[in-house]
Amino acid sequence: MNRKQVLGPEDVRRAVTRMAHEIIERNRGLDGVVILGMQRGGVWLAEALAGEVSRIERAVPAGSIDASLHRDDIAIRPVTPAAVSDVPVDLDDACVVLVDDVLFTGRTVKAALDAVGDYGRPRAVQLAVLVDRGHRELPIRPDFVGKNLPTSLAESVEVSVEGVVIVEATAGADV
Amino acid sequence: MSERRHFRSIAEVGVDSVRRLLDLTDHMAEVSRRPNPKVPALRGRTVCNLFFEDSTRTRMSFDTAAKRLSADTMTLAVGSSSVNKGESLRDTVETLSAMGVDAFVVRHRTAGVPWQISGWTDAVVVNAGDGWHAHPTQALLDAYTIMNRRGTKNFEGLSVAIVGDIRHSRVARSVTEILTMLGATVTHVAPRTLLPPMNPTPSTHALDDLIGSVDVLYMLRIQTERMGTGLVPGGSEYTDRFALTPSRARRLRPDSLVMHPGPMNRGVEITVDPSELPQSVITAQVTNGIAARMAVLFDLLGSTAGLEEG
Repeated sequence: MNRKQVLGPEDVRRAVTRMAHEIIERNRGLDGVVILGMQRGGVWLAEALAGEVSRIERAVPAGSIDASLHRDDIAIRPVTPAAVSDVPVDLDDACVVLVDDVLFTGRTVKAALDAVGDYGRPRAVQLAVLVDRGHRELPIRPDFVGKNLPTSLAESVEVSVEGVVIVEATAGADV
Repeated sequence: MSERRHFRSIAEVGVDSVRRLLDLTDHMAEVSRRPNPKVPALRGRTVCNLFFEDSTRTRMSFDTAAKRLSADTMTLAVGSSSVNKGESLRDTVETLSAMGVDAFVVRHRTAGVPWQISGWTDAVVVNAGDGWHAHPTQALLDAYTIMNRRGTKNFEGLSVAIVGDIRHSRVARSVTEILTMLGATVTHVAPRTLLPPMNPTPSTHALDDLIGSVDVLYMLRIQTERMGTGLVPGGSEYTDRFALTPSRARRLRPDSLVMHPGPMNRGVEITVDPSELPQSVITAQVTNGIAARMAVLFDLLGSTAGLEEG
């Protein structure tokens, strides 16, 4: 297995700060903004973004959403609802910023969009990801991107607060 | 026949699966609190409720659980007298299987029927109560209710008194099984005639000795038709010795829990109004029952694991 570090901890920190600025800029005044991390990989990133947004501008509600019961591949592979959703506010008329670590096929985002709809009808939903690795299977695009990272399907991408690593020869492990 | 997973008794399921199902129940409880408490997880699956014995709450609870997971449901409710065991039960199951059923939820007055049925169908089987034998989803929802109310997954050292007709109660059997498995200490409280023979669980007939110390007081329904038959003391004697009365309620610790699987015989095993008893979690049991049954159905039907051929 070939591991290649593409972002270090400092790069991740800077990307989070920049994305927080972009979220504030895009949503002037931050009225109704709610930051929701997608279980499980997006949760730490959502917390980091919410922390930066509140440091720079003001505090916004943050939580998490689990989309595993909305996935379209439930019968194809085992799905274990990993962690319970925590949606702290009414989503009617809110502006939801969905956060995930890696954007790949887009199927998880689609499931999360469906899950968000169960909590209310947001005014808008935006998508923030630390890494966009391509290979979309659905018409979904991110609003805020930490790093565009072209990958092959044979590679997988590992993301944490410590950085971003491309791992070769373990196909499709990080949908 | 393929090796399918079923949910027929707590002992059969085992402690690892029980803990996983408790976590999954927590997840399903959150789904049930959403403004739209319905997810598409079991779209296209069919759950058949096969009830050969009267039941309102368990049947409605399973039906709601299946619908919240977007499964299609069919319900066959027949008095146990109108369908005989053996061939005609088998015919019923085979006919319904041929219509494309993915899960049978079975309630029957005879112990062991869910095991019999799993030999006749490729569908998974969930035991919704068989005779005096087992009622495992009740046990799961009770364990979840305790875990949720106490705010810990640790059952070690938890003291539980189950009071009433232990001998004829599938609820008592399954609840004892799950709580013992998770590390709690269970005591059966009943007159000697209402304890099962060879009961491995410690027992007493002195409710007053432990009412002030238990963490959980679990009251069972007394079948009023059994009263005064020689098994159960008649008249007010049962109530005097084994019911949750106002004076006993005052001796409960403020942080203990009072549970009852329902339906209650007010004035028999419980003479206080549970809605005025701060320790009562009886309503929460009913609500959590839907989440626990969602967890069981999703666990069996929502992943490839439940479908693997052995």
